[in-house]
Amino acid sequence: MEKYSRHIINKNETVISISKLYKSFDNLEVLKGISFDLYKGENIAVLGKSGSGKSVLIKIISGLLSPDKGKVIVLGQDVANLNRKNLDNLRLRIGFSFQNSALYDSMNVYENLAFPLTMNVKNLSKNKIDNAVEEVLDSVGLLEKINQMPSDLSGGQRKRIGIARTLILNPEIMLYDEPTSGLDPITSAGIIKLINKVQQKYNTSSLIITHDLTCAKRSGNRIALLNDGIFLKVGEFDEVFNNNNEQIKGFFNYNFL
Amino acid sequence: MNKPDSKKYVISRGIDDFLMDINKAYKFIMLFFKDVFKRPFHLREIIHQSYEIGIRSLGLITLTGFIIGIVFTKQSRPALEDFGATSWLPSLIGIAVIRALGPLVTALISAGKIGSGIGAELGSMRVTEQIDAMEVSAINPFKYLVVTRVMATTIAIPILSFYCSFVGLLGSYFNVHAHESIGLISYYQHAFSSISFLDISGSAVKAVVYGFTIGIVGAYKGFNATQGTRGVGKAANEAVVLSIFLIFIEELAIVQVINFIRYF
Repeated sequence: MEKYSRHIINKNETVISISKLYKSFDNLEVLKGISFDLYKGENIAVLGKSGSGKSVLIKIISGLLSPDKGKVIVLGQDVANLNRKNLDNLRLRIGFSFQNSALYDSMNVYENLAFPLTMNVKNLSKNKIDNAVEEVLDSVGLLEKINQMPSDLSGGQRKRIGIARTLILNPEIMLYDEPTSGLDPITSAGIIKLINKVQQKYNTSSLIITHDLTCAKRSGNRIALLNDGIFLKVGEFDEVFNNNNEQIKGFFNYNFL
Repeated sequence: MNKPDSKKYVISRGIDDFLMDINKAYKFIMLFFKDVFKRPFHLREIIHQSYEIGIRSLGLITLTGFIIGIVFTKQSRPALEDFGATSWLPSLIGIAVIRALGPLVTALISAGKIGSGIGAELGSMRVTEQIDAMEVSAINPFKYLVVTRVMATTIAIPILSFYCSFVGLLGSYFNVHAHESIGLISYYQHAFSSISFLDISGSAVKAVVYGFTIGIVGAYKGFNATQGTRGVGKAANEAVVLSIFLIFIEELAIVQVINFIRYF
């Protein structure tokens, strides 16, 4: 089994800092003034029901959506006020794993992985691209799928390839959108293991959006419970799970039923 | 809690939405002209898309162009026979095919085949978050997907249009040859005898405008697709309908301008 050095969370260094974040769509208020910090080397799992604004949160962090109000500071930069060039430079330091993997249908696995590299790094030799692709594919345990098309892969394999595609640019922050949704428990467990492996091997800080309690417990150093656009509680899993707040208890009961 | 529906409209909801759509489309076109001259040019992707568009449409254009040449000649013959003027057939067909039929037929076929393909492809990429995936990988999806495809249609459709005219004349030749003894080269010489530089350049301008229209409309509809798989179908469908509508308006406008120049 592969061994990694012991992972250290640096609480003096914040990689994502969100304060009083608001977002609405037409008349629907999705985020209602949420605040939290993600520390270097830390994994936070944002737990919430469908439609609670979890995906909107990471889309704002990656600059895909603009906030209505509030500050989103990522790696020391205010995302909402960056121009295209600076936003792209910041995005190279963030990996985004999509809920449905979002692999490019018209490209095979190799091309999917090489594409971000060739588009962002100039004058890279074919040999270097091949090595980088093979290394990340090996990390996610799918080296043998290098020439397959996305349509030939299972849901779990697609998720792994999606994660590999983000790793090829060596991101400092990973954003996972529902990494275990639609997967059977065994495949989910494999993805959770991979998230932890990425944290340790690539020394990333991660925000994991999920409604899966097992995923939140096993991959998050802390969890943030998002309900109706606000955080009910942010803390370690047991601290949140054993809370006496009726809404929090209601959420966990709902999940276990 | 959700806010009550307090949105106020300047004129009415329908008109406001229509004007907003026009504004959005205008911004989309302006963004194309802003990005098309900026690096990186993605030349390899433009060549790949142009090749794909050309190859994918070649069979259909050949068949349609050939049949139109035959049918148009068959329909014109009786009218000319009444005046004993069947020798004018090559010139008549040449003018009709090169000035109007070639570019128009190519554009209409391409709107159905290429325009809908671009709308569906980009729509599908939008709803499956592939466009967002490019965006977060610091790749400009507008430049990589939209600019390259619009450039490809703008380059490939004029080439297809001249090819369609050539094949249309060939179809016409076969019909003429069945009735009168005339060689192929002689037929083409007759057909081109009444064609001026203005006809050729006018036809080229039309084809470029149609190519741009088909590309930009397909890309606009696909790039802004919503509502999942239903949105993909809608984008493809709207790309065809709007392209054809605009092509006819453009045809009318360009013919007016060419005629103005011709008789000036």
